[in-house]
Order: sequence, then structure tokens, then C-alpha cells
Amino acid sequence: MVETILGVKDLIVRHSDQTVLQVDSLDIQEGEVLAIIGPNGAGKSTLLLVLGHLLHPDEGQVYFRGKSIEQENELAYRRRIALVLQEPLLLHRSVFDNVAAGLKFRGVPRPEIKQRTDEWLERLEISHLRNRPAHSLSGGEAQRTSLARAFALQPELLMLDEPFSALDTPTRSRLLQDLHALLSQTDVTSVFITHDLDEALLLGDRVAVLLGGVLRQVGRPQDVFTAPRDGDVAAFVGVETVIAGNVAVSQNGLVIVDASGLRLEAVGDVPTGTRVLFCLRPEDITLSISEGTAISSARNHLTGRIIRMTPSGPLVRVLIDCGLPIVALITRGSANEMRLIEGQSVIASFKATAVHLIPR
Amino acid sequence: MTSDIFEITVLSLKVSLLATGISLFIGLPLGTWLALRRQLRGRGFILSIINTGMALPPVVVGLFVAMMLWRSGPLGSLELIYTPAAIVIAQTIIAAPVVTGLTASALQQLNPRLRLQLLGLGASPIQMVISLWREARLPLLAALMAGFGSVISEVGASMMVGGNIRHQTRVLTTAIVLETSRGDFQNAIALSILLLILAYMVNLGLTIIQQRGTR
Repeated sequence: MVETILGVKDLIVRHSDQTVLQVDSLDIQEGEVLAIIGPNGAGKSTLLLVLGHLLHPDEGQVYFRGKSIEQENELAYRRRIALVLQEPLLLHRSVFDNVAAGLKFRGVPRPEIKQRTDEWLERLEISHLRNRPAHSLSGGEAQRTSLARAFALQPELLMLDEPFSALDTPTRSRLLQDLHALLSQTDVTSVFITHDLDEALLLGDRVAVLLGGVLRQVGRPQDVFTAPRDGDVAAFVGVETVIAGNVAVSQNGLVIVDASGLRLEAVGDVPTGTRVLFCLRPEDITLSISEGTAISSARNHLTGRIIRMTPSGPLVRVLIDCGLPIVALITRGSANEMRLIEGQSVIASFKATAVHLIPR
Repeated sequence: MTSDIFEITVLSLKVSLLATGISLFIGLPLGTWLALRRQLRGRGFILSIINTGMALPPVVVGLFVAMMLWRSGPLGSLELIYTPAAIVIAQTIIAAPVVTGLTASALQQLNPRLRLQLLGLGASPIQMVISLWREARLPLLAALMAGFGSVISEVGASMMVGGNIRHQTRVLTTAIVLETSRGDFQNAIALSILLLILAYMVNLGLTIIQQRGTR
């Protein structure tokens, strides 16, 4: 059975009588990566500070391995976790000294500090920067140092607050891949905060959506993205069809993904055998009633049954069961012309280029 | 005169270094506390008082300390008036606000999230504060230099509470005043040069410490 490392109950944080954060219940399981997503100002960082015992909630409790952290020694608790923030916030010392800082705070013996620091400089590929002053580093190098500093502590819980949001795109995607690898190698329980859906999908074993200071939904990424609990979550996640699958064939930039027995085509450069999330926006899906009515450039045609039709303004959101749940967004006019009703059989078509593949 | 000069110089240095040291002892923790306690009620008011204290005229301090230590004053029984200890007290009152105010501003210049980061890496409150001091060591040493500079150059308070007594409380600045009033410019100039050299040497030492490892 998986153990709950961190639990939150009936948490409320107020700023001058205004509730800025409300989390009724949230559990973080041993070994998982929980991605907390939400737009800016949603209370994500506030939640992280509460979890890190750096901000006292006005109401509610945080439990670490079943014990309230308020009852535990604050310092002892903080030494079981590690924090990485958006800005690397390095000290004006060498890279080595920065990575060693947390170990020094803990009074770890000197030879062990050296060994663990060097190990993590190596694993984050910054060994060559060992003796460089930290303030001479580039943004990516600095954030690698900050990550090494946290990982070197071998924390029971690693907390990351939008560590990549200030980096340029190529640097960010490399670091993201490296962090993904490190998280799966070390199996460290992590809370990862981001406003970026791709980051959440890549790293999160589970995703928690925080909107307007309220925790709206927690679940596996594919569940949160395909079945948003409410309109706000749906609007925030945007992508509504997320299918987990494996790359069966990868050739010349064209990929065939095997998802629960269905073979789907996509464009991407992902090696064969990779586990991927197959993402589709509802507006990229075309519906038709009978097969072969017209020749089109859409590479994927899935037959399924309409489960639910939800009107939203001039559009209708159609949930189709093709063996996998697929959401399409069509105009009210199209729906009327085709006389679509719930329970009817339809063909959902979409182009290979409309697919967004996220390796996991 | 030559042996007198040596004696005067040593006393100047002793008194001013001691006063700066005590100011550091008071000002560093107090300034740190004021910088870190951002929710403290009335913090702005306290800081404004301290900042005013940085511009405290030495003669006003001299008057206040003289009244306190006067034989008939509230602390008269300590018999400190016209002793080097009285000068140290007065100079401490002059330097402490300088050190406190500059310490507070030095630490307020650091990124406020650095504190959270240090705590989030498992620093105890004391380890956190020491790390912040190390981060702010440049402006902190500047605070110390400003504190020392304000007292080594000060004459009003030393004169009023020390009395410029030969072999007892005569310091470089009070000696310069005396020699000048006597019309003995040669001695006054010699003492002035000595005072400048002294100030330079102390500040050179502090600057070397300050600049070490900043490249």
C-alpha cells in the first residue's frame, strides 16, 4: 500500500480577511510527483509555503507522515524537505559551496558533504562549473545549481515552485527532460508547481488544479485533462483529449501510436517504444456520419458513439466513445445539419499535425 | 610632546574602536531584527528614529551624556565624567544608530525570498541570519566603516564628556582643537595628518576584508 507522505486538511489562508487559499483535502503519496497547476495568482506558491512550514495557515492542518507539522519541531521538519524556487537564489559563493549549503546547515560531516556535492554536480552536468562564482552563471546553469542543491539533501519531499518559468525555451526543455529523468531515477516524492500544462503533463503522476485559491480537481493527468470537473478547469486545461499510449512506429517524422488497441497517426520525432500522451484540442476534431463521403487529408478516423452533447454558446461540445473518450467541438449549425443526437454513431477525424505528443 | 602624541593616538584608537565594537554588538542584531521583521507594527517609525540618529550632532550627544554623568546627575555616582569611559559611552551613542540603520538597509536590499530559500534548505534561524550577513558583507562592512568614521573624527562629545585632560582623556581631535587655539599650527597639522593616516589604515583593513572574494 502506498503511504501518504503529506496530507492537507481544511486549509485556509487569509490575507486581510480575504481568503486566498482554500484546500479541503489533498494527499501526496510516497514516490509520486504531484503537479500543482493554475494560472498566476491562483495561490500555488502560497500553498507551497504552507506545505514547507514557511507560512502558517489561518485554519486547518498539514500532516507529515500522519503527524501534524505544527506539533513537530519546525526545524526538524524543514530538514526533511527541500525547496527549489523560481529564481535560483544562489549565495555569492562558488557553485560547490551553494550545492553544499543545505548539507552544511544539517551538520553533515565534511567528507560526506564533498562526496554528495560532487555526485550531484555530476548528475546535473555542472561539474565543470564547480569553482565558478555562482553569480557568473547563466540562468540555466544557476537553476541546475539550485536543483543540485536540493537533490543533494536527499529530501523525503522535494518542493519545486515554477523552477523553469524564467528560462528561455531551449534551456527550459532540456532542464525539464533532465529533471524528469532525475525524478524517476531517485523516486523522490515531489510537489511541482507550474502554470505550464506541458510541464505538468510531463512530470506529474497526478495533477492538482488550483484556480482562484481553491483546489478544484486532483487526478491522473489524462483524467484531469479529459474529464475536467467544471468549466473553469476545462477552460484552463484547454486540451480536452489526452490519451496515454505507446509509439509503435516512428518513421520520417511520422509516428504511429498504439492506444488501447487503436492505431493513431501523429507528427513528431519520438523514438519507437516511448510512452506518450496523445493530446488533442476539441476544435481540431471533425465529425462525419458515414465513411468515405469525401476524401480528406485527415489521417485519423475513429468510429464511436456520442455519449453526451453539451451546448456552449454557438458551439456544441460532443463527447464520443471511440474505445477512448474523445471530445470534439463543433458549431451548433453542423450538429443540426447532421442531426446528431446522443447515442448516435459518428466518425471523428483529425489530422496527424493536430496531435500534440508529450513523451512520458 | 612625542611621547604625548603616541599616548594620544593610542587612546584615540582604543576609544573609537571600542565604541565602534559596542555599536556593532548593538547595531548588527538590532538592524537585522528591524530588517527581517517586516510585519512589525511601527517598524517604519523606529527606522525613522534610527535614521535621524545617524545625523545626531556630537555636541548634542555630548551635552546629554555630560548631564547624565555630571556629579549631580542621575549617573553621577559612577564617577565617569572626564574619563575615557565617558568618551566611549558618548561615541557609542553616536555610532550605534549609524551601524543599526545601515545594517537594516543592507539586509533590506537582499531579495526577501532568499530567507525562504535558506529556511527551505533547512537553515536554523541563526544559520539563516549568518548566511544573510555573509551575503550582505559588503554593505555591512561599509556600515562598520561609517560607524568608525563618525566617531574617530568627532570632537564635540569627546571634548564635553572627556574634558581633553592631558595624559587622561586627550584624543587626537581634542588635541588638534587645543593646538589650533594656541596658534601652534605645526603641531595641529602633524596631529591632523596622524588622524588621517589612522583613519586610512583602519578603513584600508576593512576594505581589504570587504573586497576579498568579491570578484
